[in-house]
Amino acid sequence: MVWRRFARSLRHGPATEPAQPPAPELVAALAARLDAAAQARLGRSLSIRHVDGGSCNGCELEIVATTNIVHDLERFGLRFVASPRHADVLLVTGPVSANMRDALLRTWEAVPDPKWVVAVGDCAVDGGVFKGSYAIAGGIDAVLPVDLVIAGCPPTPGQIIDGLRALVEAGTQAPRAGRPAP
Amino acid sequence: MSGPAGALIRAGQAVPAQPWPRRVLEPAAWRDLAAALPKEPELALVALWADTANIHALFHDEAEPAMLLASTPVESGAYAALSPARPAAAWFERMIRDLWGHEAAGGVDARPWLDHGHWPASAPLSARPGPVAGAPPQPVFLPAEGESLHQIPVGPVHAGIIEPGHFRLTVQGETVVRLEVRLGYTHKGQLALMRGKSPRIAARYAARLSGDSTVAHAIGFARAAEAASLAEPPPRAAALRAVMAEIERIANHAGDVGAICNDAAFAFLHARFGLHREALLRAAAAAFGHRLMMDCVVPGGVAADIAEAGAGAILRALDALEKELPDLARVYEDYASLVDRMLGTGVTQPALVLLLGAGGVVGRAAGRAGDVRVFPGYPPYDTVKPVVAVRDGGDVDARVRVRLAEIAASAALVRQLLGGLPDGAVSAPLPAVSGEGLGWAEGFRGPVWHWLRLDGGQIAAVFAADPSWLHWPLVEAAAQGNIVADFPLINKSINASYSGVDL
Repeated sequence: MVWRRFARSLRHGPATEPAQPPAPELVAALAARLDAAAQARLGRSLSIRHVDGGSCNGCELEIVATTNIVHDLERFGLRFVASPRHADVLLVTGPVSANMRDALLRTWEAVPDPKWVVAVGDCAVDGGVFKGSYAIAGGIDAVLPVDLVIAGCPPTPGQIIDGLRALVEAGTQAPRAGRPAP
Repeated sequence: MSGPAGALIRAGQAVPAQPWPRRVLEPAAWRDLAAALPKEPELALVALWADTANIHALFHDEAEPAMLLASTPVESGAYAALSPARPAAAWFERMIRDLWGHEAAGGVDARPWLDHGHWPASAPLSARPGPVAGAPPQPVFLPAEGESLHQIPVGPVHAGIIEPGHFRLTVQGETVVRLEVRLGYTHKGQLALMRGKSPRIAARYAARLSGDSTVAHAIGFARAAEAASLAEPPPRAAALRAVMAEIERIANHAGDVGAICNDAAFAFLHARFGLHREALLRAAAAAFGHRLMMDCVVPGGVAADIAEAGAGAILRALDALEKELPDLARVYEDYASLVDRMLGTGVTQPALVLLLGAGGVVGRAAGRAGDVRVFPGYPPYDTVKPVVAVRDGGDVDARVRVRLAEIAASAALVRQLLGGLPDGAVSAPLPAVSGEGLGWAEGFRGPVWHWLRLDGGQIAAVFAADPSWLHWPLVEAAAQGNIVADFPLINKSINASYSGVDL
């Protein structure tokens, strides 16, 4: 049964959509922040560890959607890994609930250097609608140094992918040691 | 006919509330109620919550059928526990103690629940929040005794892209002897944020109680606010809400069926169902302006009318899904290696499902036919009748098949709704009045219940019950006796919300 369906898919071509390059302003801004030594090691591929810092799970739905066959995140050299020890990037959602603060810090400590923190969603920026609650730290940068913010409630899969691709592109453009900046 | 416990509630003093009066029981009568509950299993506990001075319990009297809302004043900081008779009450009682500081006298479990010792004050919702006692305590887990047992701690950070929670698995070889779930990691203080705000503003919190059920919670909350202010949304708004709710159900079921198959390493169905989910979310964005339809339902109606091209976009996504759905269902059935992982895995025993009063997909997969679209019902489902899918296996397979049946049924509902959208306004103003109301909606997981009390148009007290309160204990029970490798399948097939119960 499934083979007949596979054969049909071959005739129709992939469901994956063609990709547009990420926004040049974002790439330039990120490139300026990445240090040269990190770039040399990073290359064009990123391993990402997701941590839910107390989100409503809306951001998780859209992060999961980046891996569906329409968006196909892995074609950009971006992949989700199961352990922080395998990760370059910590992708964090939520306002950082007081109850998740320790677990988030420990996960970050388990990521080897060089590492980047990407905050996803309006809550992750500054607490979002939950700002002022007794139970939250109020945004990822209240706990960890944040390198990139992908705003939205929740951001669309396209916005999440654009942000992550900008991080990779910035890596290839950042000034490297021993070479003058362009 | 109703039994002794139901009669005790009905004899309580009636306080005006919508759509049914709330019955206030004196502490002695509440103790009698707790004692009478074991003799009346058809009186299912739906939710238990509190305000600064009272305990509230919502029951579904399945013998009548009728919904009964009972309250009792807290006496010297305590009330008679319901957990000895209704095991589902245990988590509610722990939550009430952590948030409001009221003790459940005679409760089966006195351990902290949402309060992990990291908040600036204890009992943050009480009239007088207390100081915090020292360093955060180490969590205590229930014991499991026997030879060659070992424990597997999992979480709160999981290996996949999911919400945080801790699972303590005690296993013997490959077999799970006991699973205990520890939640509270996503507690954001939602109820405190909603107090003192108008329903229109507080709706943003209700919509973010559990992002995957944003439409269902927004409808439940809006209906509670409308009931409390004696307002009625226009018919067009009710129909558009139902369109959104059914799209949410189809999209989430598609995602879940795919993800369950993926947990059995069957990537093909995951890919195809993921594609249909994506198409539906895009259609939702075209029709209502947001992929998850967040903040599209507001108290009084809906935020905006459906876009001109919206109905067409939704119907195209449904066409593609309905065309392929029979094929995908056949692929699921054809693969012995796939079905072998599903059949007989993670069985929820009917007696336990009944005792917990679990509803939604999990209840319907174990023979309980409840659906709040049918009873108590709400517009527009009085005219557009849903078909309720029921299976009795109670295993992962039954939950997959209920979801598949509901995808088809909801697609038919959306077609029917879009074919006959009433004309007129999409929202009505909500008067700023005082009152008390209960609202409900059938989300993709099951029934969501919202209760609030308005004081001059502002929220004085509020509670929101996600169906996951009654599903999580079934995750613990269903895992028992299964192998550890099947736990992801069991957990995903029940798919309880973390954020929805962490509040």
